[in-house]
Amino acid sequence: MIKAELIEKLKAIITPYVQDEVAFKNLTEDTDFIKDLKINSANLVDVILDIEDEFDIRLDNQDMEQMLTVKSAMDIVTAKLNG
Amino acid sequence: MKTRVVITGMGVVAPNGVGLSAFGKALKTAKSGITHHKVLEDLKFSCQIGGIPEISEALKAEYFTKLQLRGFNSSGILYGSIAGIDAWKDAGFKVHPDSDLDPDTGVIFGTGASSVDKFREAIYKVDEKQVRRLGSTVVLQTMASGISAYLGGMLGLGNQTTTNSAACSTGVEALLMGYDRLQAGRAKRMLVGSCSNHGPYIWAGFDAMRVMTYKHNETPEDGSRPMSATASGFVPGAGAGAMVLETLESALARNATIYAEVLGGEINSGGQRQGGTLTAPNSKAVVRCIKNALQNARVTAQEVDVINGHLTATVKDATEIQNWVTALGRSGEDFPYINATKSLIGHCLAASGAIECVASVLQLKEQFIAPNRNCDDLHPEIAKLIAKKNIPTQLKAQPFNIIAKSSFGFGDVNTCVLFKRYKV
Repeated sequence: MIKAELIEKLKAIITPYVQDEVAFKNLTEDTDFIKDLKINSANLVDVILDIEDEFDIRLDNQDMEQMLTVKSAMDIVTAKLNG
Repeated sequence: MKTRVVITGMGVVAPNGVGLSAFGKALKTAKSGITHHKVLEDLKFSCQIGGIPEISEALKAEYFTKLQLRGFNSSGILYGSIAGIDAWKDAGFKVHPDSDLDPDTGVIFGTGASSVDKFREAIYKVDEKQVRRLGSTVVLQTMASGISAYLGGMLGLGNQTTTNSAACSTGVEALLMGYDRLQAGRAKRMLVGSCSNHGPYIWAGFDAMRVMTYKHNETPEDGSRPMSATASGFVPGAGAGAMVLETLESALARNATIYAEVLGGEINSGGQRQGGTLTAPNSKAVVRCIKNALQNARVTAQEVDVINGHLTATVKDATEIQNWVTALGRSGEDFPYINATKSLIGHCLAASGAIECVASVLQLKEQFIAPNRNCDDLHPEIAKLIAKKNIPTQLKAQPFNIIAKSSFGFGDVNTCVLFKRYKV
């Protein structure tokens, strides 16, 4: 999957949880889900479940702990898809 | 000197009307909110009728964000939030996610059970070994204090935020607990109320106890028959009622609309002694509750103009009337007017007290007595105690000053509160 396509899919998934629209508009690979997008930390588990459904993958607890930025999410999803 | 406490805002979600104006109109026209529910029939319930408030998706979206509605499956929190937010707005306050924290307002909002539907959803997943797939929404909707947590956050309330639970007394108990907190000088305003879920999983236990009527599945609107000779059990309902209680000083300072004054009341228990059980009332304790309520409110029995009873349409209605007669020392034509809101909406369980308090205060504010439905064939035991003319079956315009509201519940618990018309 090409990078741009992956980012678009991730953006669609996190849209309902985002509390900072400006940061969302300026989203880059370095954007942090909690610090920048102000996603409620409790909702991060919902983001993870939505990612699992979208890409038909399973993420373990360790994956979840690392998945704090757009880039880390892309890396983990890509690794799972290629693995 | 006693701190005077008034009601400055109300909200209601009832089976026969959502919002104060629809509910007020339904009270006046004796509109029934009881309908047949196929889901109960399919699940082989004896009682297949019930009172469920109508909430459209559009209305939901006015109160909840899209994010809040993701994975949301709690009718009790839905009803309670709508009633609570409405009461808060009605009291003249704005609702905004970034509003300043209000340290002078708290919330005591009761319920009987948290969302059993959400629990059911979670239990299936857990048993399928899918606990990690539950998502983040289970705890907030299944913890007992879910409703006060939702309301406290939506409104930014910084005083005590809690949920009480005392079966069918819950709503009146919440009101009196809020009143006490204002009396103690610990807050300026308390949002009080209660809510109850609807549906087979919350109602099943009552059906199994055979305390709900099975005789009106084809005639739902005739099913809830408090005080009737042909009463055959209660009809289950759901919804929520909410009130903003405020010190008179605070209400006057901000020029708020005042619905009525809360004079005081009483909460007690029969201790499941002297004839009281988990499910039946100790009449001595009920009488003591009413008498103490009058004393705490500094009202004489003769001053009570209207009663909004607990009156569920079970065999206990005649006992309740007898207890009122004993407590007030008034009977026959001398008895106050009495109404049973449950004849229109069924027994909304934990929400019943709060919805019926709203019904009581609407009657007081607008000076009318709501008609009773389904009791043209008055129970002979009741007819022996009080005059039929005091149980209106038609809307009655009536100037009056004081209404007493009682709720009783499983566990042999009793509540009674006195409201007085507020004159500027």
